[in-house]
Amino acid sequence: MITLEGQQLLIRFPEVHKLAVARISFQRTLRIPDDGKDYPLPPGMGNFPLHHVEDYAEKVPGKWARHGGVFMPMYQSEALWLSFDSAYHDYPIALQIAAGKINAVNGEAWQEDMQFEPQGYVVSNQQPWLDGFCIEKGRIRQFVAAPLGEGVTVEEQITGDAEFGGIQIKAWPLKAGVYEKRLLDRPSFLRESGSDMMACLSAEDSSMDMDMGLGMGGSMKQEIYDDYFKPQDWDTSNDSRCYIHLLNSSSYAQVTGHLPPHRPYEASDYAAAGLPWFDYYSDQKALEGSEHFKGLKTWKDFQKKEAEESVLLGPEKIISLGDKPASGRPVSQGDCC
Amino acid sequence: MSFGKLVRKTRLQAQAGDRQYSLRKTSERIGIQPSYLSKIERGELPPPGEEVICKLAEDLGLDADVLLAMAGKVSSDLHEIVRNRPELFGELLRELKNAPDHAVLRLVREVRDGEW
Repeated sequence: MITLEGQQLLIRFPEVHKLAVARISFQRTLRIPDDGKDYPLPPGMGNFPLHHVEDYAEKVPGKWARHGGVFMPMYQSEALWLSFDSAYHDYPIALQIAAGKINAVNGEAWQEDMQFEPQGYVVSNQQPWLDGFCIEKGRIRQFVAAPLGEGVTVEEQITGDAEFGGIQIKAWPLKAGVYEKRLLDRPSFLRESGSDMMACLSAEDSSMDMDMGLGMGGSMKQEIYDDYFKPQDWDTSNDSRCYIHLLNSSSYAQVTGHLPPHRPYEASDYAAAGLPWFDYYSDQKALEGSEHFKGLKTWKDFQKKEAEESVLLGPEKIISLGDKPASGRPVSQGDCC
Repeated sequence: MSFGKLVRKTRLQAQAGDRQYSLRKTSERIGIQPSYLSKIERGELPPPGEEVICKLAEDLGLDADVLLAMAGKVSSDLHEIVRNRPELFGELLRELKNAPDHAVLRLVREVRDGEW
């Protein structure tokens, strides 16, 4: 089961194990420069707000209501990363992450079954975050929002269609017996804690303007970790999935009646705050990237030159992070709305 | 396990991997005196108020509702929910008090999954 708690998706499999829980949040962040360099990890700048689609069914595109799930507002060309945690108990949950139903890890089309070869998922207690499409071993291309229908999204570049957009997630728990046998003895310090013109248009008429997908941004150093469990360790008989629609922020007030989140942070904000960038080190084996992503155009390729040049400054201060829970990537607790 | 023992045990386990979880640095982040935190951990003083408990839970990666319950408290937002509709929620809670966890969880609003 998947529930919306505050601004996080809470995934639980109580029928499998009471500790089989994972949390996913969607973090606002800086769009890194797309200048041929590999950048370290930018910080989280607060959660994107999430809403049940059914609460606004009359105002969102009709296909969203059919898909179900949740939606969140994004500005065009805004970047995001997904944050995963196992909600205190370190119970491994496999997470298939797709954008426009293109698997962000292995580049394959969406499948309802777990994809073991090539691996098409991350594991919640092994992979703390995902910032983009896995283009090669140790490198990703940042997730950057783009309106559907302009050919920018990865979905459109691979399939030729702007059919789905958004983000899709499917989760499978580790088998309870495997967890009990292999993980309960492992030390973990947490284990014991128990607009007016727009308003004249119908939702369907304006749906293409509202609906966003994810394209590729700049290159970032990030490893997607190989799953150290065996395929038979996963409980593929139990799964949950969620469709996360991306609402163009320009339509946020029309749909929800609330003010949209503030515009994405600019280089000047970041430089003025003296905020650091991050590196993350782990001994785990990293996955190779997907051939499907090779040769795709990035967001920059669709822009006029001056647009990209005004985006960002390079990183000056880089903080190294380890792979222990207490040293997670800092996330701003500030207001994002 | 008592409230203080759980806080101390969790903090010390975290400190083993990260010095930021020393008594002094943890109390600084929470906004209380180290001596106060020490006495709470040793059970010499009763658990602190809701605000401090919630800060402790967040800092140590514990569930705030669980930590509040161990301190014999219920979060103010839950108080408010019952106070606003006492008859309805009073009946609901009494009805569910012996229900198994999975049955209770079934009442939680799930994100609806549709046709993809």
